[in-house]
Order: sequence, then structure tokens, then C-alpha cells
Amino acid sequence: MRSAILQTASRYLLPILLLFSVFLLLRGHYYPGGGFVGGLVAAIAFVLHSFAHGTTNTMKIIGYKPMALIPVGLGIASLAMFLPVLIGYPVMTGLWFEEPIPVIGMMGSALFFDLGVYLVVIGVVLTILFTISLHTH
Amino acid sequence: MELLLVLLIGVLYSAGVYLILRRSMVRLLLGIMLLGNATNLLIFLFGNITKGKPPIIKADLKVFEEIYADPVPQALILTAIVISFGLTSFAIVLLKRVYALINSDDLDDLNTPEEEDL
Amino acid sequence: MIDNHIIAPILIHLFTAIIQLACWSKTITQRVLSIAGATSGFAFSFALFIKVYNGEILTMNAANWEAPFGIVFVADLFSSTLVLLTSIAALAVSIFSSVGVGKARMLYGYFPIFHFLIMGLNGAFLTGDIFNLYVWFEVIIIASFVLLTLGGRKEQLEGAVKYMALNILASTFFLTGIGILYGITGTLNMADLSLKVPLVEDQSIVNLTAMFFIIGFGIKSAVFPLYFWLPSSYHTPPSAVAATFGGLLTKVGLYAMFRVFTLIFIPNEFMRTVLIVLAILTILTGAFGALVKLDIRRLFSYLIVCHIGFIVGGLGLYTKIAFMGAIFYLIHDIMVKTNLFLISGLIRQMRGTLDTPKLGGLYSEYPKISLLMALVLFSLVGIPPLSGFWPKIYLFEASFNANSYFFIASLILASFITLYVIAKLWAEVFWKEASRTEPLSDSFKELDIFRKTLLVLPVGILAAGTLFIGLNAEFIIQVVDRISNELLDTSPYIKAVLGK
Repeated sequence: MRSAILQTASRYLLPILLLFSVFLLLRGHYYPGGGFVGGLVAAIAFVLHSFAHGTTNTMKIIGYKPMALIPVGLGIASLAMFLPVLIGYPVMTGLWFEEPIPVIGMMGSALFFDLGVYLVVIGVVLTILFTISLHTH
Repeated sequence: MELLLVLLIGVLYSAGVYLILRRSMVRLLLGIMLLGNATNLLIFLFGNITKGKPPIIKADLKVFEEIYADPVPQALILTAIVISFGLTSFAIVLLKRVYALINSDDLDDLNTPEEEDL
Repeated sequence: MIDNHIIAPILIHLFTAIIQLACWSKTITQRVLSIAGATSGFAFSFALFIKVYNGEILTMNAANWEAPFGIVFVADLFSSTLVLLTSIAALAVSIFSSVGVGKARMLYGYFPIFHFLIMGLNGAFLTGDIFNLYVWFEVIIIASFVLLTLGGRKEQLEGAVKYMALNILASTFFLTGIGILYGITGTLNMADLSLKVPLVEDQSIVNLTAMFFIIGFGIKSAVFPLYFWLPSSYHTPPSAVAATFGGLLTKVGLYAMFRVFTLIFIPNEFMRTVLIVLAILTILTGAFGALVKLDIRRLFSYLIVCHIGFIVGGLGLYTKIAFMGAIFYLIHDIMVKTNLFLISGLIRQMRGTLDTPKLGGLYSEYPKISLLMALVLFSLVGIPPLSGFWPKIYLFEASFNANSYFFIASLILASFITLYVIAKLWAEVFWKEASRTEPLSDSFKELDIFRKTLLVLPVGILAAGTLFIGLNAEFIIQVVDRISNELLDTSPYIKAVLGK
């Protein structure tokens, strides 16, 4: 499907959707949103781009294989999960900074866990979809 | 609302069971997915459907004053959906590979190793 | 008592898998990491076992949310014993895999997935929350799907379709059961459920839910009418994978059955009869299936089904002695079945085939390794004083006390068939002269001494474990005695979790 409208639109939509996915990620602790949904939105942004420009071109933008995101995301999430153990709390206990940080708001280990989930979801979804679409053609 | 959900769950379960009993692999997969969705709705139904009452206790109170929506079933369903997303995408790729290998959608054609054994 | 370190056996495998994912294409690093991870996993679970054995039930509230609201992890003697056995089996399989699994499979992520699988198993054993148990089951089946299909040969994929369909169906049943259970009690914590389920007014819906759990766990642990996926898939993957599956996967279904039917649902007369009838039929189908199979791994698959019947029967009898027999058998079974599939991998390495008519002459060529294998095979048969002998005494005694003579008859029949099958196997594979017509491909001889050791060592480790269970039966009996008490009197478990 090579439509000029979709190609032009997706070029602008990609950054906007990515920004929106980060917004979803950040508001996720108290409002609807979070790492999983944010990751899905980000993945959909790339999928839309690949519809318009072809899978190989999208992979060029990403640079790395999306699979590389999986260990990174898992690493961040499990470190956020494991850190409380070092100071004597059970696994996954939420640790929070005292003062809110501008733009982001209250920041704690849960945010890093969500960030890990976000990366894993992007990695997994893109790996699955790219594998299927590259093997179909 | 409850009655509607009950009927919907019944339809999904029966359609799922019917599809699973067919011999086609794609129908098997669709049947499993329908059963999974029926189960998710069942959990949703068991969580007592209440509209627009988030389970948040007001700042000046110690307990809930009114009926609230139970968040646990929704968390369970969300987890189950995420899991079934992974399982389904794996199953699709698997069935595609099997189709490419044996060039048939019929589950009865999956028996080559069994025959060799006799 | 709260102890935040009981989750270590889960975390260690998680971290191992993540680091291995990061070094995706470096197979040597992955092998070293896998053995290191499995060794430290063993150390942590051994420490956990000692702590629980000498002390009391340990719990951990994940994220510091108190039970019954948060997810709780519980290490009682039953779960910590199984975690220890899992770690031993995982260590053996991980050493074996470093040579026994092809490089192509390693490049597609064999090791990380293997460690995710072990993480899932440990999680399922340690969790005290029924929905969390479901999640760990899903971790296990996703990982096992990947391991089963890795390599993508035709028969593998065909087996995987059956395995996948039935296992997803089992999860659906399990999830339905959980949904209803939450609907009628409003809790997911197993200890809390144990208190609330007897208070439900309409006990018929409780019995219905119990049936959902029987079907769900029945598929997972390959009980009679639901076992078909096992023999049609377990012979297809590499032996290292088959060893993990055969030794551990069905056992986690059995563990869940024991947990749920002692803690949440106390089986009534009808349900006990159902379990015993299922056990008898499982034993018979497994035994007769094993009789006619010529491929070694298919034969072992049917023996797995057969011996699962022993354990389910022990649960169905529902007395302390029956529990002791069943859990002793479970302990013995994990060690032996894992080892059997590793042995089949060794034989394949030595002969290039697993078809018994084509095999032969292993004893004259490899006398020492053959004797090691004989030890395992005899333990499986249950020749005194080896490990398979002791649990059967308890099972006999329990079924005599319960006057369930059909169960005794099937136990005796299955024991004789196992003996016959193994004797035939021994004669065909080890004593019979090697056939001259078929050229044999012995890739074991070509390996250097280091690789040979890596292949034989895990068989040795597990055989030593079996020998320990057999010769130190008094210690094991003491452990299973305590486990049976824990299962029959759940108040210490509930007190440890809920603090009341």
C-alpha cells in the first residue's frame, strides 16, 4: 500500500504518537495509561509508519533490531523491582522521591518499572509484527 | 446488563466449543480465543458491575459509604488479556509454520510421526 | 515468619535470563552463564530448604502489601522441597544442554527461555495466591511452547499444535475456576480462600468450581482422558528439553492439585472416588501404552503418564500414609524422569537413533556408563533399596487401609509392566549384540573428554540424587511425613500467611 497521503501523514504522526505514548507512560500511575498501553501506542506508531513506507524503511529509522529493547526493558524493570530488597523491603515495594520533579511529577521506582514494561512491549510487538510481515513477502 | 452479559458469555462459550470441535486449525485457534474472551467476560460479570463508582475512599472517611466498582476483576482481566495476546501471536506463527510444512489446514493430517511408530 | 529472601530462586533465574538475552549471539557466554545461574539457583534453594526444614513456614508480601490483599509468596516444606528438586534438575539439564543442544538452537535463545521456564516453575511452587499461580502457569507454558518448537522440524511442530491447544484450554478452565472462586468468596489468597470457601452457603457451586480445577490441572498433569498431548509431543524436542518437560512440567500440575485440594477444596467422598478412578485409568493406559512403544522416548512418555497415576491416586485416597507415598513418589519421580530423558539423549548421541530394534551392544562398548544408567532404570522399577521402592509400600498400605483393591491391583500390574518394559529395554539396548546391518553413527566417541564429562556428569548428579533418596530413605520419610502433616493440617500455613 503506497499512498502519498498516508506516507506524508505517517511522517508527522510518528513523532506525535511517540510523544503521546510517553505522555501515557508518565500519567499511568494515577490515571488511565501506563507502560503497557504506552508501549502499544508507540509500537502502533512504528507499525503505521511501516504500512506507509515498508517494513525495511521503518527498521532503518529504529536503527537497532527491536528485539534489543527486550533485555534492556526487562533489565530496567527487574532492577526497579529488585532495588527495595537492598534496603530491606520486599521485592517490588514502591520507593518514592520526597519532592515532586517538574514536568514528571512524583517519581518512584514504579515509574522505572513502567518504563521497563514500555520498552519490552515495544520490543515484543515490533519483533512479532516485523517477523510476520518480513516472512510474508 | 447482567442478563445481556450472561447471554453473550453463553454464545461465546458455545461458539468457542463448536469451533474447537472442528478439524481446521484456524477454527481451533479462533475457538480458543473465543473461549478466552468468554472467560474474561465471566470474571467481569462476577465482579459485580457498578457504573461510575471508582473504589476511592473520601479523604475524611475511613470506609466506603456506597457501593463501589471492584477493581480486582478488571486487573485480572487485563492480565489475562495481555497473556492471551502473547499466546495468540505465538499460536498464529506456529500454525502458519505448520501450514507451510504440511500444506494442509486439517488437524487429521498432523499424524505422521504416529504412523511411523506402528 | 516474614523473610524477604524466599523469592531468590525466582529472581536468580530471571536475572540469568535477562543477561543471556543481552548476549544473544554469544553461545559460549550463554553456556557459562546458564551453568553459573543454575548453580547459584541451587545454592539459594538449598539454603531455603534448610531454613524451612529447621524453622517454620516463611512468607513474603510482594510490594509490602499485606496478605490477603497483596500477592504473597509462601515457602512451606512442600514447596521448598520442590524448589530444591527443580533446582537440582535444572542444574543437571543446564550442564547437559551445554553440549547436548545444537548451536543453532542456542542462537535462537534456548538458554534464556530455559531459565524463564525454571523461573516460572519456582514461582508456581512458591506463590500463595491463586491468580498468581495462573500467571506462573502461563509463564511456564509460553516458555515450554518456545522450547518445544525451537528447531522447527515437522514432527516437533505437529506435536506442538496438540500441546498448545490442550494447554491453552487447560489455562482457560483454570481461569474460569479462579473467576468463579473470586465471585463467590471475594479473595484470591489461598490461605484466605481456605477460610472462606467452607462458609459459602451454596456448596454445590463450590463443587462445580472444584471440577474446573480438576480438569485444568488434569490436562496439565496428563491425567487419563486428558493425557493425549503428552506422548504425542514429548518425544519430539531435544533430549535436554524433554528432560525438563518430563521431569518437571507435569509435576507442577500435580503440585497445584495437591495444594488446591488440600487447602481450598477438601474433596468429598464423590471427588475422592473420581480421583481414584482417574488414577487407575491413568496408570493402566500409561502402562499399556509403554508396552507397545518401541521408540525409547515414547516409551518413557507413557511411563510418565503411568506414574502420574500413582501420585493422583495418593491424593484420591486422602490419608496421611497415602500422602506420604504420593509425595515420596513425586520426589523420586522428578529425579528419575529427568534423568531418563537425559539418558535417552546420551544413547542417541552414542547410536544416532532411539529405535530399540536398531540399538544394541551399549554394555560391551560403554560398561561404566551403562552401569550408571542401569542404576537409574532399576530405581524406576523400584528394586529395593533404590528410591522407587519406598513410596510404593506406603501407597500399598494406604490403599489396603482404604479397601480400594482396584487401585492396589493396578499398582501391582503397573509395577510389573514397568519391570517388564525396563527389562526388555535393558536386553534390547544394552545386552543385545549391535546390529551389523545398520551403520551406526557414534558421535559420542568423537567428542573430547571435556564434552564427554559434561554429558555424563548430569546423569551422574541425578543418579547420585536417586541413590541418596533410596539409601537415605529415613530422612526422606521424615520430610514427607512433615509435608503430609502440613497438607492435612493447614492451620500453620494459614497462620503464617494471615498472621491469625
